[in-house]
Amino acid sequence: MGLYRERGIVLRTIKLGEADRIVTLVTEGHGKLRAVAKGVRRTKSRFGARVEPLSHVALLCYEGRSLDTITQADALEHFRAVREDLGRLSRGLCLLEVVDSVVQEGDDDPRLYQMLLGALRALSAGEVPLLVPAFFWKLLAQQGFRPSLDACATCGAAGAEALEAFDPGEGGVLCRSCRRGTRITPDAVALLRRILGGDLVGVLAEGASPAGAELEHLATRAIEHHLERRLRAPGLLDPVLSLRREGATAPARGRGS
Amino acid sequence: MYAGPVQDLIDELGRLPGVGPKSAQRIAFHLLKLPKEEAVRLARAVIEMKERVALCARCFNVAEGQECGICTDPRREHRVLCVVEEPRDVVAVEKTHEFRGRYHVLQGAISPIEGIGPDQLKVRELLARLEPEQISEVILCTNPNIEGEATAMYLARLLAPLGLRVTRIASGLPVGGDLEYADELTLGRALEGRREVGA
Repeated sequence: MGLYRERGIVLRTIKLGEADRIVTLVTEGHGKLRAVAKGVRRTKSRFGARVEPLSHVALLCYEGRSLDTITQADALEHFRAVREDLGRLSRGLCLLEVVDSVVQEGDDDPRLYQMLLGALRALSAGEVPLLVPAFFWKLLAQQGFRPSLDACATCGAAGAEALEAFDPGEGGVLCRSCRRGTRITPDAVALLRRILGGDLVGVLAEGASPAGAELEHLATRAIEHHLERRLRAPGLLDPVLSLRREGATAPARGRGS
Repeated sequence: MYAGPVQDLIDELGRLPGVGPKSAQRIAFHLLKLPKEEAVRLARAVIEMKERVALCARCFNVAEGQECGICTDPRREHRVLCVVEEPRDVVAVEKTHEFRGRYHVLQGAISPIEGIGPDQLKVRELLARLEPEQISEVILCTNPNIEGEATAMYLARLLAPLGLRVTRIASGLPVGGDLEYADELTLGRALEGRREVGA
């Protein structure tokens, strides 16, 4: 049983017992890690606020039999700009959910930590319209689901113009004769090539575009295909308007408890 | 392991939050030693609670009957509404004796990571209360964690166009705490929300 130091980003926390939490983090050295933080739900807890989702923390942990225990935590970054803006918070939580659900515990690729940290810093620094789709695709590629983009995934026919559909099950773009799944525009294919091909910085500097929205939708579809379930965070904080309209016209009083 | 009824009781007690098999065993044997009347009193309290207590039809706090004691109390300020996550939070705020208005219990908080959205909470019911009760101020009293903050921001945006005062409880240091151990986020907010000190 040893003590060790670690840096990580908190993905989610689950209540445990009276005042404890189980914290899931993406760490620099241990990859995705689950650890117990004792007493953090008490008001006077000395590190409660630091082990909240979206926090970048330095930890001192000791190894346990099944779960490690966090004994000290110090905040490195809070990403306050993300926390205090509904739109950015929603996107930040999408990133956390996707990392939490796609990455397996024990996957200790240090790039995960670097990617998530970089993405949250970018989100915190300003509006980056293509951040979420770029992150989703990068993560899929890192996890081994890099889509094939240069030739039809089924028959191998090349030629950028002829590729017009995307199917996560086939693992890439499809030509006209093999097409199934979702339609994809040449702009979106080109953008995706740049994201995965080394021009990430250039892509992130660009403004919102229809191709970007298309890629975000496709990435969500692809992730959901591999997870075999729907993602929860996307759009959950968004339908403010729809709920208000419904609430105003049809005040549903006394709905069952 | 033990005679049927004792083992049944141990199993039932063991399902309670925070009660492990050893504690369950200890409680069961304590009850076994107790005079019959005392054990029956406990059993009756459990049955009565389950039969008589439900959620208040107006604020979703726990209530005996249709509406809870706070909603039916005519002395309460009726135009100020304090929005909390759980019935336990109502008790916590009540203990301060600082709030004279009424409550609205959301029965949870928005949690994108758990997949809990506004639809699963009593948000529609909150909106439906505003006009008939002529609410002039809504105090967002959710937990200062990521779910609570998300809920508060969501509600703030929802309520902003309705022309009422929407406030959020302040964030700061616990009384009796150490500044040295305060986290930066709390301490930063405490500084931001500082107040003039009267002479």
